[in-house]
Amino acid sequence: MTQLSTSRPKVLGVKAQRAKFMQSLTPYGFVAPVSALILVLMIIPIAIVIGYSTLDNVIMTPESRFVGLDNYVTILTDGTFYIAARNSLVFTLGSVTAHFVLGLAFATLLNTRLLSPFVKTIFRAIFILPWLFTVAIIAVLWRMLLNPNGIINYLLVSSGIVDVGVEWLSSRSTALLAVTVINIWAGYPFFMVSLLAGLQGIPRDLYEAATVDGASAWQQFWHVTLPQLRPIIISMMILDMIWTSQQFALIWLTTGGGPINATEMLPTYTYKLAFSTYEFGLASASAVIILLLSMVLAFFYVRHQKVKD
Amino acid sequence: MKKHALRAKGRLALLSSVAVMFAAAGCAPAAETDASTDADAGSAGVEEVVLEFAQWWEPELPEGSLRALMDEFEAANPGIKVELLSGPYSTTKEQVVAGAATGTMSDVVGLDGAWVSDFVKQGSLANISTLMESSSYDQAQLASQIQIDGSTYMIPVLNFIYPLYTNDDLLASAGIDAAPTNRTEFRAAAEAVTGEGVSGWALPLSLEAPNGIQNDVMSWVWASGGSMLKDGQPDLTNPEVRSAIEYIKGIWDDGSIAPGSFTMKEQDKLEEFTNGRAAMIVSSLSHINLIRESNPDLNFSISAMPSIDGYSGKRGIPYASWGIGVAENSDHKEEAWKLVSFLMSESTNAKLSSIANAFPGNTTAVPDFIEGDELFGKAFEIYQSGFPANEFVGLPVAEQLMRLFDEQLQLFLEGDITLDEMLNASQEAWVAEF
Repeated sequence: MTQLSTSRPKVLGVKAQRAKFMQSLTPYGFVAPVSALILVLMIIPIAIVIGYSTLDNVIMTPESRFVGLDNYVTILTDGTFYIAARNSLVFTLGSVTAHFVLGLAFATLLNTRLLSPFVKTIFRAIFILPWLFTVAIIAVLWRMLLNPNGIINYLLVSSGIVDVGVEWLSSRSTALLAVTVINIWAGYPFFMVSLLAGLQGIPRDLYEAATVDGASAWQQFWHVTLPQLRPIIISMMILDMIWTSQQFALIWLTTGGGPINATEMLPTYTYKLAFSTYEFGLASASAVIILLLSMVLAFFYVRHQKVKD
Repeated sequence: MKKHALRAKGRLALLSSVAVMFAAAGCAPAAETDASTDADAGSAGVEEVVLEFAQWWEPELPEGSLRALMDEFEAANPGIKVELLSGPYSTTKEQVVAGAATGTMSDVVGLDGAWVSDFVKQGSLANISTLMESSSYDQAQLASQIQIDGSTYMIPVLNFIYPLYTNDDLLASAGIDAAPTNRTEFRAAAEAVTGEGVSGWALPLSLEAPNGIQNDVMSWVWASGGSMLKDGQPDLTNPEVRSAIEYIKGIWDDGSIAPGSFTMKEQDKLEEFTNGRAAMIVSSLSHINLIRESNPDLNFSISAMPSIDGYSGKRGIPYASWGIGVAENSDHKEEAWKLVSFLMSESTNAKLSSIANAFPGNTTAVPDFIEGDELFGKAFEIYQSGFPANEFVGLPVAEQLMRLFDEQLQLFLEGDITLDEMLNASQEAWVAEF
């Protein structure tokens, strides 16, 4: 009895300790699969690219030499890099602003109670169409539309707006505008869908109260709708800025960064370094710079999400 | 119950995390397994050698035709099997670049001349000269070899020439009966046909695919016996290049070049011609059938690239090649060379060129398509009366050189810089890449 009374607590103690230990591991177990994936799919590739950016060249050379920050200096003293950065900024700000304005306008139209649900469904399907096309299809479609002999020039010339067809994608004065318009067309539905969901979630009581207070339609929009949509708008704009600043395929398939460097963006600039000149060290440095710029935006996004929580 | 459930959950989570880590790490062991299978086969005394042949040719040839040639090779060489790794041109390029970087390049690879210099620098291509010497191969039968520092690294298996295509109806409507043979005639013809919705010449200068510089711009230099190189180094300020660029600027100023030139790609150029919006283009011979299929009513012919007035020498004809090389990392170089020499043999090369509508890399091979078709017959005449000319083949970062020249040419055509500035800037940019 005495033995039992002394040994049982010991056995129980070991078991309890093991259970406690296992229990303390549980949270790590839950995050481990995601951590492993993040490590393999993100941390390691990013670390490799950062490592490459400090070597004279990689992949194309049997032996690489450590050059420190030389690649960054080369990139940051290259005039084309700044042209690409400026174009990226214009392209991104233009696209995001227009995405927001168009998205909000179409979402407001689709949220109206003046149209029947059937009509709204048809319009919703039409408005969302651009989002369903892949970038390659969008590029081919718009190349045909904006071709000097394409339908847009035909309409402009036949209606007397211009005398001769405009070389939209081939002229330095219009190419950046043209690719921005294409990107706006391709991306506004994402804003529209998100804002429509936001609009549908605004309580009707707020509008009723505003009406009772004598607020006009514009005042209701300005003081009720916009403040209610604010969290969605900020999140969407930051995300859209990150995505648009990294747009590569659309630019590459429509203009290739030209004419000359009128539509050169940071991603096309980096791509050319890697796959045209095979300067993978420089390309990695350029990619790291883009990563840092994107991280600034990501920081604001995360901070905004935290504040929201 | 709660504790049991929690414990079970904990174990499950740990197990799943371990499983994911193994799955994630599984890529490497999988590759090793493949490699060891080959090794095991060898150690077990199995004589069979499996050659990997990466190329973009199979998708561009009639279905099963390249495989049929490989079957012939396998029948003639017992113990050697060929595994075709086929994909589109761009994918093949990426595959070869990645393979070259990681030392996993296929034993035999389809090559574009523009890639060779970079791969040789990287040390990923085997020296074919050594392989030819060790097998006492008769090199005289090869139409051309791509050499770096005196050693061959690529052999052009097929050559696709780029003749001048002319829309005969458009030329006739402008009172021109025959295709232009010199620069004056070409410029006059281009100006004469240019009008409502029609341009004399389509010049693709897209920066995404800048091969228009090779096929549509430098071809003017080569057609008159000129060169853009001197002793293997850039020589863009020489009179021949200068005269060709000045000439193109003249046509540009005449307004005879199809609009949209700065973003026009090869397929756009072809479309302009096929739809009757451009009267003349320089394009690959392989496009004849495509044009015929797309617009059966189009009345067109092909001729040699116009030269400078009064030129009587042999004309350089721009061409693109389906080249072949052997990987330096291959454990079966001897067998790989057997496959290369099989493809370059008179009968196989003739068969391959017949099914690809291209000209053979073996000088003694005669494709059968030239006899049954007037245009292909004419193309063969052009090929035999001139010489294949493509100075970009074998140059370092060839595509980038074209792009650098293209940027300066666009500035010159826009009138932003003078001809001297354009040529000097291009020369400087090229020298930096050599």
